[in-house]
Amino acid sequence: MLGFAHLFASRLVKALAILIAIVVMNFFLVHAAPGDPAMVMAGEAGAADEKFVEQLRQQFGLDRPLHEQLATYVGKIAQGDLGFSYRQQRPVWDILAERLPATLILTLTAFLLALAAGVALGTLAAITVGTWADSAITVVALLAYATPIYWIGLMMSLLFSIQLGWLPAFGYETIGAGYTGLAHAADVAAHLILPVITLALFYMAGYARLTRASMLEVRGQDFVKTAKAKGLSQSHIVTRHVLRNAILPVITVAGIQAGQLVGGSILIETVFAWPGIGRLAFEAVLQRDYQVLLGIFLVTSVMVILFNILTDILYGLVDPRIQAAR
Amino acid sequence: MTRPSFPGHSVPETTDMTVPLLDVRGLSIALPPGADRPLAVDNLTFTLNANEILCVVGESGSGKSMTAHAMMGLLPHPHVRVAGGSLLFKGKDVLAMPEAEQRNLRGGRIAMVFQEPMTALNPLMRVGRQIGESLRAHTPLPAPARRQRVVELLDQVGLPNPAELADAYPFRLSGGQRQRVMIAMALACQPDILIADEPTTALDVTTQKQILDLIRSIQAERHMGMMFITHDFGVVAEIAHRVAVMRHGRLVEYGAASDVLNRPQHPYTRQLIASVPHYIEHREDHAKVGKPLLVAEKVRKTFHVGGGLFRKSKPVVAGDDLSLTIHPGETVGLVGESGSGKSTLGRSIVGLIKPDSGRILFEGTDLLSLDAKGFRPYRRAVQMVFQDPYASLNPRHRIGDIIAQGPVAFGEDRGKALARARELLAMVGLDGSAADRFPHEFSGGQRQRVGIARALAMEPKLLVADEPVSALDVSVQGQVLELLDDIRKRLGLAMLFITHDLRVAAQVCDTIAVMRRGKIVEMGSSRQVFTHPRDAYTRSLLDAIPGKAWHIPDDLQKAPIVGAAS
Repeated sequence: MLGFAHLFASRLVKALAILIAIVVMNFFLVHAAPGDPAMVMAGEAGAADEKFVEQLRQQFGLDRPLHEQLATYVGKIAQGDLGFSYRQQRPVWDILAERLPATLILTLTAFLLALAAGVALGTLAAITVGTWADSAITVVALLAYATPIYWIGLMMSLLFSIQLGWLPAFGYETIGAGYTGLAHAADVAAHLILPVITLALFYMAGYARLTRASMLEVRGQDFVKTAKAKGLSQSHIVTRHVLRNAILPVITVAGIQAGQLVGGSILIETVFAWPGIGRLAFEAVLQRDYQVLLGIFLVTSVMVILFNILTDILYGLVDPRIQAAR
Repeated sequence: MTRPSFPGHSVPETTDMTVPLLDVRGLSIALPPGADRPLAVDNLTFTLNANEILCVVGESGSGKSMTAHAMMGLLPHPHVRVAGGSLLFKGKDVLAMPEAEQRNLRGGRIAMVFQEPMTALNPLMRVGRQIGESLRAHTPLPAPARRQRVVELLDQVGLPNPAELADAYPFRLSGGQRQRVMIAMALACQPDILIADEPTTALDVTTQKQILDLIRSIQAERHMGMMFITHDFGVVAEIAHRVAVMRHGRLVEYGAASDVLNRPQHPYTRQLIASVPHYIEHREDHAKVGKPLLVAEKVRKTFHVGGGLFRKSKPVVAGDDLSLTIHPGETVGLVGESGSGKSTLGRSIVGLIKPDSGRILFEGTDLLSLDAKGFRPYRRAVQMVFQDPYASLNPRHRIGDIIAQGPVAFGEDRGKALARARELLAMVGLDGSAADRFPHEFSGGQRQRVGIARALAMEPKLLVADEPVSALDVSVQGQVLELLDDIRKRLGLAMLFITHDLRVAAQVCDTIAVMRRGKIVEMGSSRQVFTHPRDAYTRSLLDAIPGKAWHIPDDLQKAPIVGAAS
């Protein structure tokens, strides 16, 4: 257990170093793009007057040397202050906090669903390899993987909301219904179904294929032969010996993808008008809302780092050899 | 199905003394269409009695493992299937039993130990649990009693701290320890039959001896019937009561061990016995003439394992104070068990590894002091033959290109190099047309010949052969050894021959250096090392050679290979 705590601590220290590097790089990346918010705001106000732009720049501190701006930015981040969006006239943190839950609910549900269904289908395909069940799963997985995600979203919404009228087509909740408590939860859940399934289908296909291939590989290994020679039942061999070993590469891939879930749902959020981080990022880019964009970058980076640490810990729990190698 | 009295082993259940424990009658196993032969096992008939060790001997592809797998229901379904015959266990046909009944036999009445202890255990499960699984499947024991039985079993197979070891994961154990765990697992339910499929082939000699001793004593103690599959007649001489020799799926000779070993009848058995490597008494000591070709002085190499941004790495000393001299035309054997550092020294000489300190003088020039450019000419002069002929040839290149690449890289005309490649192929006993083919079209022995031709293409003065025959069958092994010896004599090559097998070293080497834990513990002429070993470790190695009490029949002894290339 001591080794575990040590591992965790050293991971956190590394994560902090990476985070600082990300903050600095994000800052330069955003500033490398042509145009600044002052120009955009001035343009929108209809006054292309040099003096007005200058004044705006002064007001926002954009006329300062770059390194000064960086120092101010990093200092503020360290204090937990993500800055102020002059476009929306609100603190960035408030904007993010408002949007984050919607994205997390959507992506985490989709992720867990994809993982569970993918591993289950992959296992089923592996143990029925060569039969019609295996072929069917392989074909479905291939289709789900190859079809553009927004197209599936549009078609699902066309079928289930517009044709059949079973589910709401877009949004996070029924606006103006004023549900509370359980009714509110049920309302959000109904809105959640289509985007979650759309997003999950794509990831599920990957996990199913990976699980199948990995199971087939493990099935041919010597220790599975040993298990058979012990006279164990087929189901015991599959769950305890084959799946347990076959799941390792799935964890690796899932861990990488989990980190990207927050930023990777832009398309889905756009198709289903889901008020999440993805759409916020899209809008912020169009409006050159630097502060919001940097805030989103930071939050998504933290997510990636966090999920990586989680994956590492999970890996250490599943595979005893990993901890020993550290 | 399960025995009422537990634990403690009783007299074997013998229902009827006239019914053998295992009776294999006319067993045929069919391979899928397109395989190199239709039947993996063809009309095989033999019996196994209680309290008997039957050795099934044969080379790879002889069908010996298939027979065992058929018994355990482990044939790769559905491609390989039993085509005919019966397998009677105590008079009842195993093949006709329903799956559930067969499963009760597997691990319960018939247990099996496999060849590769490194991969035969589930890496993610504690070893005690893996043994416990067997008890859970075949006995009504509750968990605490199972646990107690597991600890007993681990103790019986001679593992230290059995209670602690039960909670270890396989990667913590050495190969020998893992094989002991496998044996404990097989013994868990007190089987009537133990099948051991080359259980010591992957182990070092000294470990092999310990495991053989263990297997033999356990078999005698429990009066089990044992089917021991091996390719090594030394091992046969060590433990067998009866012997069955198989070739291409057929039984060619079957009889009491003393008859088969000392009066082999079938030509194939005679050929196999003649290929068993052995020390040749009359070999001349090598006359060391002229200046040494290669001198290694106090070579030291430490590897750093693990480590990272915040962690210190662990140093592992692979070679320490290694000194060695090779004269022109001399074959020096570097003998040691796995991890002794013999390959590290070999690779240092070829320049694949840079030692931390020491000198390696080739014709007086210190190779370690040279930069990459200065070292390049010496790459020609020192060439290597690798252990695994399957992994050491690029599968996407033609044989001719593989051989010609070296000379071409040193500025030889491509046409000339390819023509030379054909000559070399002929020299190593392959047809010149092999140059246009790909490695996968060749057998292991043929590939190793290609590997030798590739090394010779560079016209080296010193050949470093790292376990060149350990991946090959015995009879092929003999041929490759003969080829190496022949070439060495014809070209006047010096050779550093790295091997774990003292018998092989005895057959080809003039001088032998014995390594242990990164140090050379003894170096001397083959004659001296074999007849008057000075170091205790060398003596224990010699003592561990299986079947040393057995004298290969005189008419099958090989003519001595004359040493020096004069």
